[in-house]
Amino acid sequence: MASSESATVSEAPRHNVPEYTVSELAFALKREVEQAFPRVRVRGEISQPTFPRSGHCYFRLKDTDAVLDAVVWKSALPRLGLKVEEGLEVIATGRLTTYPGSSRYQIVVERLEMAGQGALLKQLEERRKKLQAEGLFEASRKRKLPFLPEVIGVITSPSGAVIRDILHRLADRFPRRVLIWPVAVQGTTAAPEVARAIEGFNRLTPGGPVPRPDVLIVARGGGSLEDLWAFNEEIVVRAAAASTIPLISAVGHETDTTLIDFASDRRAPTPTAAAEMAVPVRAELLADLRDHDGRLLNALNRRLREAETELAGLARGLPDPVRLIEERTQRLDVCGERLAAATTNLVALRRAQFAGAADRLRTPREVIEAKAQQLAGEWRALAGALRRFAGETQQKTARVEDRVDALSERMARCMRGLLDQRSGSVDGLGKLLESYSFKGTLSRGFALVRDAAGHAVVSATAAPPGSGVRIEFADGTVGATVDQPDGKPATSAAAPAKPRRGGGSQGSLF
Amino acid sequence: MADTKNAAAADVATLSFEDALRELEGIVQDLERGQVKLDEAIARYERGALLKRHCEAKLAEAKAKVEKIVLSANGVVTTENAGLG
Repeated sequence: MASSESATVSEAPRHNVPEYTVSELAFALKREVEQAFPRVRVRGEISQPTFPRSGHCYFRLKDTDAVLDAVVWKSALPRLGLKVEEGLEVIATGRLTTYPGSSRYQIVVERLEMAGQGALLKQLEERRKKLQAEGLFEASRKRKLPFLPEVIGVITSPSGAVIRDILHRLADRFPRRVLIWPVAVQGTTAAPEVARAIEGFNRLTPGGPVPRPDVLIVARGGGSLEDLWAFNEEIVVRAAAASTIPLISAVGHETDTTLIDFASDRRAPTPTAAAEMAVPVRAELLADLRDHDGRLLNALNRRLREAETELAGLARGLPDPVRLIEERTQRLDVCGERLAAATTNLVALRRAQFAGAADRLRTPREVIEAKAQQLAGEWRALAGALRRFAGETQQKTARVEDRVDALSERMARCMRGLLDQRSGSVDGLGKLLESYSFKGTLSRGFALVRDAAGHAVVSATAAPPGSGVRIEFADGTVGATVDQPDGKPATSAAAPAKPRRGGGSQGSLF
Repeated sequence: MADTKNAAAADVATLSFEDALRELEGIVQDLERGQVKLDEAIARYERGALLKRHCEAKLAEAKAKVEKIVLSANGVVTTENAGLG
């Protein structure tokens, strides 16, 4: 059982599994793959692109975990829609196939798209920065558009609305000679064609069989970012920046900005606007010119009228020539007369002045005499003055002496008067004094008793008995000794002291 | 005198429309300000008249001609009528 079973197992493949050659399997797989994936869209990053001499293009599409070989046949390259560049995030459209020679499968790419706007814009921004760093967008590179170009070069698709819009607007404003350089404005050939057209116009020589345009317009209608991509290509941007003919870019709508807009001299929001930038409005210019013409004539006429008026005014101001001469003649006559008279008068005047001066002229001797006289006069005056001064001094002295005399006399008189008065008074007073004197009393019979010392004794106690007294009468003085009150002679000469101490009783003790 | 006039006319003929118009404007303004001597005013007027004629001639040249560039095989550029506008 076991052996037969194992025999059965070992024999089974021989009968049930078909046997392939390698080639058979490879081509069977190829068929399978091609039938299963006749058209796929694969998103991935372009890696290691190669361009061998065969003209085909090989690269790899990769994401984080897988790699897919890709091939673009030479015939498909022009229609690819995108330039194959390392690192580009793309969506490749094509069919899957295998390469039997090396056990590989791959995608045959027919079309490439940028993988989403974000990636596209990122690439655009990087390219913009790079070209800006090169100075291609510098404001100093921008040229002024000509005011009125004779020839306008337009680079765009010869069919479609864009060229018609431009031509219509040019015709409306100012019909000009227009050279159209037909180009593809989309697809992989667009960028080189546009660049070649810009360069081609610049290569034309003025005065050649084909006239060189004075201004260029590069135009394209609106579209998606991918549609406008040709105008972001470096080759186009560089050609626009290098153009010596002023260039207006008008790609897409107003909101679309492509890199050619940075490099162009003017950016127009639409093709129509580009035509407006290229030429002025002829009707307006004509109106301007007529206006200037009218003003020119008016201004000249006014200037002429002004000059006329000015001339007339000045002419009125000019005096009548005849009157001018008459007046002058008269003035001349008057002057002539005055001149003659003045000459005569002047001689007379001068003569009189001379005579006067001669009269006044003196000889030196006269002058000396005059001075001597003057000196003598002065001298006399001085002497007189001296004399007068002396006289005055004398008079003054005499007057002072008189006054002294008078004053002396008056003083003497006064003294005499005063003495008389005083002597009179003294006489009166003497008589009065005489009348009051004790001597008068003595004469009337009274006597004055004086003690030995001469003092008047006016009381009995002052004349104790025994004391010597002198009695003065009117006609002379006598000495006396005081007796006792009873008339007996005094006993002692020393008694007079006793009464002064205690009366008579005491005295009696002695 | 005739020579100088011809010379002036030749000089004007070389001017671009824009330059001629700008000069004409300047002349008009100068004359309108009235501060120009009479002789000079007349000379300027004559110049202004020349400029005006030149500008008119430039404006009269307004003829549309639309041609298409044709590149021959050897790269020579020629034109042909575009058959547009």
